[in-house]
Amino acid sequence: MSVKIEDLLKNRPVFINVGVRAFGDSLREAGHEVVQLDWSPPAGGDTRLAALLDDLL
Amino acid sequence: MSLKERINAANEEAFRRIVAADPVLVDVAPASEVIPGLRDRMILHSGPPVTWERMCGAQKGAAIGMCLFEGWAEDAAAAERMLGAGEIALEPNHHHATVGPMAGTITRNMWVWVVENRAFGNRAFCRQVESFQQFGDHSRDALAGLEKWRDVWAPALGAAVRKMGGVPLKSLVARALLMGDELHNRVVASSSLFANAVAPILVDCGLPREQVVATLYYAGNHPFLFLGLSMAAAKASMDPARGVEASTVVTAMARNGTEFGIQVSGLEGEWFTAPSPRVHGLLLPGWKEEDAGLDMGDSAITETVGWGGAAIGGAPGILNFTGGTAEQALAFSRDMRTISVGTSPDYLLPALDFAGTAVGLDIRKVVHANLVPVIDTAIAHREPGHGIIGGGIVRPPMECFTKALARFSEKYNG
Amino acid sequence: MVRTTVIRKNRYLDSVFLMLVARRIAAQPGIRDASALLATEANRQVLAGMGYGENGRDAEFAAAGPNDLVLALEGEAAAVAAIAADADAWLSRGPEASPGAAREPRTIPEAVSGRPDCSLAVISVPGEHAAREARLALQAGLHVFLFSSNVSVEDELSLKTEASKRGLLIMGPDCGTAYLGGAGIGFANAVRRGPIGIVGPSGTGLQEFSSLVHQAGSGISNGIGTGSRDLSDAIGGISTLMGIEALEADPTTQVIAVISKPPGTVTTARLLERLRRCAKPVVLCLLGAECGAIADLGSPLPGGDPGTLRFAGTLDEAVCLALGALGLPEPTQLRPDPEALRRQAAAVIEKLRPEQCHIRGLFAGGTLCYQSQAIFRGAGLVVHSNAPLQGMQELPDPWVSREDAFVDMGAGLFVEGRPHPMIDATLRRKRLEQEGNDPKVALLLLDFILGAISSRNPVGDLLGAIRGAREAAQQRGGQLCVVASVCGTDGDTQDLQAQTRALQAAGVLVFPSNAQAAAFCREAMKLLAERKEGR
Repeated sequence: MSVKIEDLLKNRPVFINVGVRAFGDSLREAGHEVVQLDWSPPAGGDTRLAALLDDLL
Repeated sequence: MSLKERINAANEEAFRRIVAADPVLVDVAPASEVIPGLRDRMILHSGPPVTWERMCGAQKGAAIGMCLFEGWAEDAAAAERMLGAGEIALEPNHHHATVGPMAGTITRNMWVWVVENRAFGNRAFCRQVESFQQFGDHSRDALAGLEKWRDVWAPALGAAVRKMGGVPLKSLVARALLMGDELHNRVVASSSLFANAVAPILVDCGLPREQVVATLYYAGNHPFLFLGLSMAAAKASMDPARGVEASTVVTAMARNGTEFGIQVSGLEGEWFTAPSPRVHGLLLPGWKEEDAGLDMGDSAITETVGWGGAAIGGAPGILNFTGGTAEQALAFSRDMRTISVGTSPDYLLPALDFAGTAVGLDIRKVVHANLVPVIDTAIAHREPGHGIIGGGIVRPPMECFTKALARFSEKYNG
Repeated sequence: MVRTTVIRKNRYLDSVFLMLVARRIAAQPGIRDASALLATEANRQVLAGMGYGENGRDAEFAAAGPNDLVLALEGEAAAVAAIAADADAWLSRGPEASPGAAREPRTIPEAVSGRPDCSLAVISVPGEHAAREARLALQAGLHVFLFSSNVSVEDELSLKTEASKRGLLIMGPDCGTAYLGGAGIGFANAVRRGPIGIVGPSGTGLQEFSSLVHQAGSGISNGIGTGSRDLSDAIGGISTLMGIEALEADPTTQVIAVISKPPGTVTTARLLERLRRCAKPVVLCLLGAECGAIADLGSPLPGGDPGTLRFAGTLDEAVCLALGALGLPEPTQLRPDPEALRRQAAAVIEKLRPEQCHIRGLFAGGTLCYQSQAIFRGAGLVVHSNAPLQGMQELPDPWVSREDAFVDMGAGLFVEGRPHPMIDATLRRKRLEQEGNDPKVALLLLDFILGAISSRNPVGDLLGAIRGAREAAQQRGGQLCVVASVCGTDGDTQDLQAQTRALQAAGVLVFPSNAQAAAFCREAMKLLAERKEGR
């Protein structure tokens, strides 16, 4: 079994919250460490550019 | 290897070359003697290529000034006719391993700082920085400053630098960053450090006393003296990172007041341009928003190498340029990390807990985060014939980066 | 309009700072122009050219030098005087401090470089962007909890394949709940930690199961959501199988419960094969599987099972089996006597008007809608649904109920561009009012889901509509029987007891679980059918 999964189940996770802030807030309220991302759609929502990036980034 | 892996490896290589750079000032010399490919009746200018017709007012004014400085024309009207008739070649500095502030104009008799990158052996050049001719002022007084540089200051500085066997700039820049410079609009500390380093040797060069005194006074009191050096050092540091196959690292950002252009390592030789943006900032007394020209100059080479906007969080003296707070300036510097390959091991910012400045702008990250670099810059008049009118913050047009990305995708993924 | 200059001898301020001072002063009412400069000769000339210094008659201005500051003001006399009188304050004030200190990172790689100890990305961005962010998270070495739905099957498969290659767990897309390392993620209830591990695609199934386990005095070790499609044959249960392996190795887990709708045929075989060689006791709860199918699954593995595989048809049953596997007593409230339910239902039926013959179920929890259908189907009852179980009928227009209908208010078009009904009850309340106006409705079946992220007062959100519907039925001379269950624990901020009491006070029949609420409704509907046939 993957060591990473073993660690996930054993330790308190440290979270990155990408999107709806409530998910991160509720974890933080419960005493967990959360890094909130200031997320916005990639390439400013330009789907053509975002598709280009899928192959490059 | 997948394309993504190739790009990442290529960017690591470009990054490695940039941070390995070891810029040393080795001379101050006439452009004709050092700049490759600089012919007679040729004016090098800042930014991407531009024709006389499309040139902005300030750059036209500066070009007229150079015609007068070189004695190619009797007066401004004659100079304008020559330029209009195509008798004077116009080429970008960047095509000649050179950079210039604002209009950036360089001709054969303009003396330039010569910076050698000792890690790679390449050289880069930058002209004198002043507040008049490079902003488009071609008056007698403006040209007198260029003549003083040519006849008095530059030869003296060149003699001292040669006698010193060169002035290493890497440690000087690192110290200046810790002293609150960001190496683009704030070069007070670096200018002083440089003047202090040169002074004792300058005195000992056997030059006429008047020349020595005048040069010491110039070097010791010119708040933007070091900008020419930081630009040349940045250019010398960036050029070895050009032409790394499949790299998405930006190797130059430059503006001519008409267009903003960027160059990308894996797309060597190409420019990706969009209309020059307006600079948001502060104007000197007596000037109004409508007087301001658009963004201009090769000085954004400093941001390309990780200074300027990338280091503005560590330059409290210039924070007001942002029209905001220390926190916002720190945020600018953090923004630059979001869109860069890595951080410099040498150039540190105390205000960011001595984190390295962001190095290696990655067009993929710029487009992905929809976040363009921050550049702090000076403002020229939109018409020929004026000196500096202000300074502020400018963001490059995203269009430059999206065009580059599309071209990159076409070349490598097509 | 006046012009004046203020000189400060032997004072140096940075020129850029001075420009900012000037701009701030110029923005004051009554001020037309302001400059703040070092009084160098050149600067004094500029100012003189702008009309300052009274044509050289101002001796102080004329005498000022490069070590002095000059503040030049033009405007209405009073305004200029006010600034001049307070010049030092204007020359010393820095820019206003901005709120909001350290900037949040913008990308996952940036966040990870700032916090290399991050282990799990919780992703809830719109579906079209979700796969990309999940991929970035996997590349950064993070496990992923992917709440977003509307991710294509191709993307899901490639994400899960990549995760599996990297030894990372991806929960979702469309994953609502997980419990990991003591953290409840997404829609999660305050359940104590304990010996029972859960894995499976059903979000509210995980919540209901773990809440019932908590209420029975036991607890959850880890709960691994997998996303609603994981056990389809297209995905093949990649995350579920990884989750089973993880729980099997997890020393805090003694029993594993797998909760799901019936998997695809190929995947069922793979899942069973894996569960049969699991070293720990396993409870497999397949909601909506045919009884016969479950019986077929029960055939033992040649060579015997190392653990023990048990099958449950409802979440309540699964809880009982899991507790039983631990040697704990079955909670009596989870094994109700069908006869008692029938008697209770009969008492309710008596008060109905003859035309009242239909049931409407409005669910916030998709799994609970599914389980309710399974419980009805077990008695041969057929309902319409927008998320029909096999053998049930598709509701042609999800916005309008017909005859007997169970509506999953958290499905597809109800949540396009809207928060989930567990967060925002608006749509469910409107739908409830709509059902209340239908004189043919006899029973209303509801679920209320407490926990993190859920509405602060799920019962309160619907209470007015429930009362209104009941009153309307009474005015028609009948009685609307509202049946509900509340999923949650005493530790949830919404307070299980208070929510339950509020429902009871409004005349709602509250059962300890969705399965029992549905079983009561099933008995009531059977009686209504008998009544109809008898007439």
